[in-house]
Amino acid sequence: MKKIKILDREAIRRALIRIAHEILERNRGAQDLCLIGIRTRGVYLAQRLCEQIKNIEDRSVPVGILDITLYRDDLTLIAPHPVVHKTEIDFDINDKNIILVDDVLYTGRTIRAALDALIDFGRPKTIQVAVLIDRGHRELPIRADYVGKNIPTAKDEFVEVYLEEVDGKEEVVIIEL
Amino acid sequence: MKKLVWERKDLLGLADLSKEEVELILETAESFKEVSSRQIKKVPALRGKTVVNLFYEPSTRTRVSFEIAAKRLSCDVINIIADTSSVRKGESLVDTGKNLEALKIDIIVLRHNSSGAAHLLARNVGVSVINAGDGWHEHPTQALLDIFTLKEKFGKIAGLNVTIVGDIAHSRVARSNIWGLTKLGANVCVCAPASLLPAEIEKLGVRAVTDLDEALKGADCVNVLRMQLERDERSIFPSSLDYFKEYGITAERLKKLKKNILIMHPGPLNRGVEISSEVADGKDSVILEQVTNGIAVRMAVLYLVSQGKEKYAFNY
Repeated sequence: MKKIKILDREAIRRALIRIAHEILERNRGAQDLCLIGIRTRGVYLAQRLCEQIKNIEDRSVPVGILDITLYRDDLTLIAPHPVVHKTEIDFDINDKNIILVDDVLYTGRTIRAALDALIDFGRPKTIQVAVLIDRGHRELPIRADYVGKNIPTAKDEFVEVYLEEVDGKEEVVIIEL
Repeated sequence: MKKLVWERKDLLGLADLSKEEVELILETAESFKEVSSRQIKKVPALRGKTVVNLFYEPSTRTRVSFEIAAKRLSCDVINIIADTSSVRKGESLVDTGKNLEALKIDIIVLRHNSSGAAHLLARNVGVSVINAGDGWHEHPTQALLDIFTLKEKFGKIAGLNVTIVGDIAHSRVARSNIWGLTKLGANVCVCAPASLLPAEIEKLGVRAVTDLDEALKGADCVNVLRMQLERDERSIFPSSLDYFKEYGITAERLKKLKKNILIMHPGPLNRGVEISSEVADGKDSVILEQVTNGIAVRMAVLYLVSQGKEKYAFNY
């Protein structure tokens, strides 16, 4: 098993600062902006983007938490079922610009589920996707609007994102079996 | 930390469950509660599954609660009331179950007047069986929603003092509560006239008393059982008025206590028999919150049993 570090603490920080700037540039400021993190690691990335946006614009944007378990397309195939966690979106998403935040974009199925879940909460003006890593191999017509780093991978490799808040360390590694 | 995985195809009672399994249901229910507060109260999790509510006993809230829970998970639901089905032609429970299975349904929710009916059915069919009340035996989802409500109010179950008042002898709600609560470390006290207290009930790990004031002393919560007036209880207690005098939960009685206690009742209420209107509608009553929580708990149970192990030939 071979482990290669692709991003370290500083590289993750810089990527998030750049994404925060890109989000503000594209949306012309923080007005009507909402961040929604996909459990688990997307939530922490969304909170960090919120911090960065606050530093840049001096304005707080709401952060929500989305659990996509109940919207997965493979529920009938998986036994046991994944543990369901809470979705926490306590603000109105109608007519807002939503930034969906996740750690890794791979097949696109998570984002597909997240889009279905979000649309059950209302009708946002736009939904944009921000990810720390895009590793390719899409199975659905989905793309990210903001990417921390594009990493070409083979299908039998794993990309692991470790964040201080859950993992006690801060890095992105690629694992070859 | 090893995550517990749900493996049972059925939910028959709380007596057979481990503490961890009870906790898993409660945690899953917590996540499901939010779904009912949305504008679109539906998630696609169990799309394509068929749930049959098979009821041999009258019930409104349990059946409706299960039906709503199943529909919010995108299941298709069919209700069978024994009175209007081929049960009247003498078909046995197991035969009915096997016929439903042949119709390729996925989950049977069973309410039956005989204790053990759900176990019998579960042994004989491959589909999931959820016990929605069997005789005097168990009513696991009711107890789970009671415990869920307690956990919501107090933050934890361990160390809580819970008093259950009423017809303990004939109450499946009491039995399921006793098993669930003691597993999670609550101190349970049951209170009833001696004629309605089963012999050796204390072997289940509860305190049994006949004096209501003593039973309420130090309690954090009282779960008031319904007097089952449809049974002929005159042989057990002279009249409902006498019962109210001795065992009715009234504001006067609660005033004598040092602290406020949480009031729960599984419904339907007999106002002026086991509880006064003032208490049932009072600020410490969570009776209607219990009803709301019932949906989340039943969604969790449907979600968990639908992954039941025996139905899957492969894993990945």
